[in-house]
Amino acid sequence: MTTARPKQPRLNSVPPTVEEIAALEGAWRDPPGVLGWLAAINHKAIGKRFIVTAFGFFVAGGLLAAAMRLQLAKPDNHLIGPDLYNQLFTMHGTTMMFLFAVPVMQAMSVYLVPLMIGSRSVAFPRMNAFAYWIFLFGGVMLYVAFALDIGPDAGWFAYVPLAGPDYSPGKRVDFWAQLITFTELSGLLEAVILVTTVFKLRAPGMTLNRIPLFVWGMLVTAFMVMFALPAVMLASTALITDRLVGTHFYNPAEGGDAILWQHLFWFFGHPEVYLIFIPGLGFMSSIIPTFARRPIFGYSAMVLSLIATAFLAFGLWVHHMFATNLPELGKSFFTAASMMIAIPSAVQIFCWIATLWTGKLVFKTPLLFVLAFFFVLVLGGMTGLMLAAVPINLQVHDTYFVVAHLHYVLIGGAVFPLFGAFYYWFPKMTGRMLSERLGRWNFWLFLIGFNVTFFPMHLLGLQGMPRRVYTYGAEMGWSGLNALASIGALTIAASMLLFVINVWRSLRSGALAGADPWGAGTLEWSTASPPPACNFAAIPVVAGRDPLWEPGAQPAHVGGLSVDSREVLITTVIEAAPETRESFPEPTVWPLISALATTVLFIGSIFTPWAIVWASVPVGIALTLWFWPRRHENAAHLALERAP
Amino acid sequence: MRCRVAPALAAALAFASAVAMAQGRPTVVPGMHDALVAAGPQSGHIGALWNVILAVCAFVFCAILLGLVVALWRSGRGDATTRADVSMLARHERGSYLGVLWAVAVSTALLLAMLVASVLTDRALARLSLVDAVHVEVTAHQWWWELQYSGSPESARFTTANELHVPVGRPVVLTLKADDVIHSFWVPSLAGKKDLIPGRTTTLHLRADQAGRYRGQCAEFCGFQHAFMAFEVIADPPERFEAWMAGQRRPASEPADATTRRGQEVFLRSTCVLCHAIAGTAAAARKAPDLTHVGARTTLAAGTLPNGETEMQRWIADPQRLKPGVNMPAATLPAADLAALAAYLVSLK
Repeated sequence: MTTARPKQPRLNSVPPTVEEIAALEGAWRDPPGVLGWLAAINHKAIGKRFIVTAFGFFVAGGLLAAAMRLQLAKPDNHLIGPDLYNQLFTMHGTTMMFLFAVPVMQAMSVYLVPLMIGSRSVAFPRMNAFAYWIFLFGGVMLYVAFALDIGPDAGWFAYVPLAGPDYSPGKRVDFWAQLITFTELSGLLEAVILVTTVFKLRAPGMTLNRIPLFVWGMLVTAFMVMFALPAVMLASTALITDRLVGTHFYNPAEGGDAILWQHLFWFFGHPEVYLIFIPGLGFMSSIIPTFARRPIFGYSAMVLSLIATAFLAFGLWVHHMFATNLPELGKSFFTAASMMIAIPSAVQIFCWIATLWTGKLVFKTPLLFVLAFFFVLVLGGMTGLMLAAVPINLQVHDTYFVVAHLHYVLIGGAVFPLFGAFYYWFPKMTGRMLSERLGRWNFWLFLIGFNVTFFPMHLLGLQGMPRRVYTYGAEMGWSGLNALASIGALTIAASMLLFVINVWRSLRSGALAGADPWGAGTLEWSTASPPPACNFAAIPVVAGRDPLWEPGAQPAHVGGLSVDSREVLITTVIEAAPETRESFPEPTVWPLISALATTVLFIGSIFTPWAIVWASVPVGIALTLWFWPRRHENAAHLALERAP
Repeated sequence: MRCRVAPALAAALAFASAVAMAQGRPTVVPGMHDALVAAGPQSGHIGALWNVILAVCAFVFCAILLGLVVALWRSGRGDATTRADVSMLARHERGSYLGVLWAVAVSTALLLAMLVASVLTDRALARLSLVDAVHVEVTAHQWWWELQYSGSPESARFTTANELHVPVGRPVVLTLKADDVIHSFWVPSLAGKKDLIPGRTTTLHLRADQAGRYRGQCAEFCGFQHAFMAFEVIADPPERFEAWMAGQRRPASEPADATTRRGQEVFLRSTCVLCHAIAGTAAAARKAPDLTHVGARTTLAAGTLPNGETEMQRWIADPQRLKPGVNMPAATLPAADLAALAAYLVSLK
């Protein structure tokens, strides 16, 4: 029996020839056309879609907030009734936490991490596409429900019994609970992808103590996701079964417990804050060294701080529950834990100040956004310490003081650095610079609008204004500060509009960026902007933390990887020593079809438990076809094998 | 600061009332409602802790910003082409190292100090003397408050709603329960908040040291009308409080004239009796506020409206308009019956 011998595979030389570069582009490019777009698995394509989708949800969530601020702009307002208002704040919180803050950080890292660690792809690229589609379909389901006036209305925290079958009849809360299933599935898959990518796909020489701090941040975040998200998946699944098939997990009349929900939810919910905040810290640690023209001060202390934050984040969930009847002495433990988590954050803040202190500063827009962190996040951190003290918490818990605090922490800690990151990496992603002039207007309007919106809320909380009220009486004396906050919200909206205009104009006619417009030191700046499909024509070999700044180091590269197929270099976890070559799969639409089938299962199970049985058949078929071995791929992989 | 807050508050209130009048919802004049204006020991302890932590946090915030500003001011300037200086990788940056170490040490010491202050305040709150306490059981409903004053013998007990009367200077032990969903009991000028949780019983201890009216409000999101689930705490000198208790223990007064007599008849033959109780009549349902002495209360519908004949009529005729989603249906009564019913209810002092 004779079979055609597979064509002898070509391996890349150092430096790669023009033909090899062209072959690599062909091997790693997503296929053309609409079907090709649907089949795309390149991490940069998926990353960009992920970022744009998450930003779209950010804008949607912001518009919901603007509607709320219009309603609260004056007392006894009848613009929006309690029914719609309760949906608005539930949708706003759910969108910002589940559809924007966590996904956008994972999206940024799906795009950036392979470039920063010198890899051609994320691990499990098809799973990465699947995770994106699941995220998109979950978000679309939530907004379709909202558009049909069956949007959830029990708060993003969905406390039982209010969210239970007796006090939230209908399907509103089920859409919320099922959105959790969608986003948690997507988030967990992304966490697995990121951990594997960071541990196994680093360029040779990039030992664990040389990886960029942003990558460290995302690694820590991914581990947190894997421990935190199962808690809320368990909680929301129990809520769904309480509502759908009459289990009594949360029904005190049948031996269930209303507080159980709060423990499970906040065991996820507090780490959630840090898995939004830690990527923000990563952005800070990427941007500050570049614009201070020196490496970060205290790299090891920064890494240990990130890890310490992640551990402590799991030990302070009860500070959301100080007003319940948990034992008083036990609450003191959580006060201590909540205050101690300030220490690793303080270490990082002081190290950044030391870096700036001894640097040569370049005042570009990314640095401005990063500097705002020091004002906004630190102020939010201070109110966080106030909230950590049980007695003060009992006064301001569930008031506008907490609304102010959480926005200072999340916007200061994550969104300002994120916009800094947008301005910083936009040239890498698109090849074009954003306008500095519009960038400054964007920044100052955002900073001023943010403070005008949220600072008055501290005072409103102290004056006794509770959260989640759809209106308030003029007699309460809260009108002036509320009107001020509403004006601030419009200012934020204007600044966001400027950002969108800036992006739009830059895409059409922005200045060309070149490979390294900021003179930065990490690997992503060593390749073209936007990067080629394979990221690096030859995998770099790393000899320091900021490879492009290493004095006199000869740029070294890896030869011998296939240029005709998707082959990546696997390295060891700690030392990043070359271990093996691995062939990655080709683009396919099956992740998309599997995601569609899964969506049918998830949405169907809102209406009948039988959907879990019947809809698992198409899911099984789609997954089988996804993993079915393809003859030509196997042949190509076999041809690359070398006998020992 | 307090002496400046009060007149400003009064002016704001007057202005706000005028605005509300113009808009049609009659204005309730609320009691004191401010976490920083304490009228009892519990809120006083918290206020003292607030001052300590505010001072420490303000100091740290300013110190960090100062550090940043100095860093920005003294550091050099560069641009993207400035060669990045990596020389420090080969040496120990002693100045930065010591600076960061000291800053972290000072931060940690201040955090420990705040922790101690917080725990000491916890202890002070727990040590409120409960000698000679008044006991009240509070049950939260969507969206009103049921208050049961204990007493012995059994006949000394009574039930009221949305208006908690307490004696000045005596501790009050509140037993907190919830009938439907989670609510939170909060009177900022008297004490921190405490949740009312279905299936659990919680307690809250407080004391009012100054006579006056203090506003409270539900602080845990509890559905449609979370915004209008308020109550008043009225702190009276002990003798006035005792007189009020004596009055509350009496059954409702008999109608004194033809209008109120007709009002009572309307009440007893309409659907009102399915939910409400008036002691001394056949109405004894417990699904909605007890109306035995409703005329003596300052507000209607948990702080939504001031009490009075006109407001009572408006409320009974169309509660959904004033408090959308409330569990009380609109009553379709002829105008004369409605007026009589309102007159009767307001006469129940």
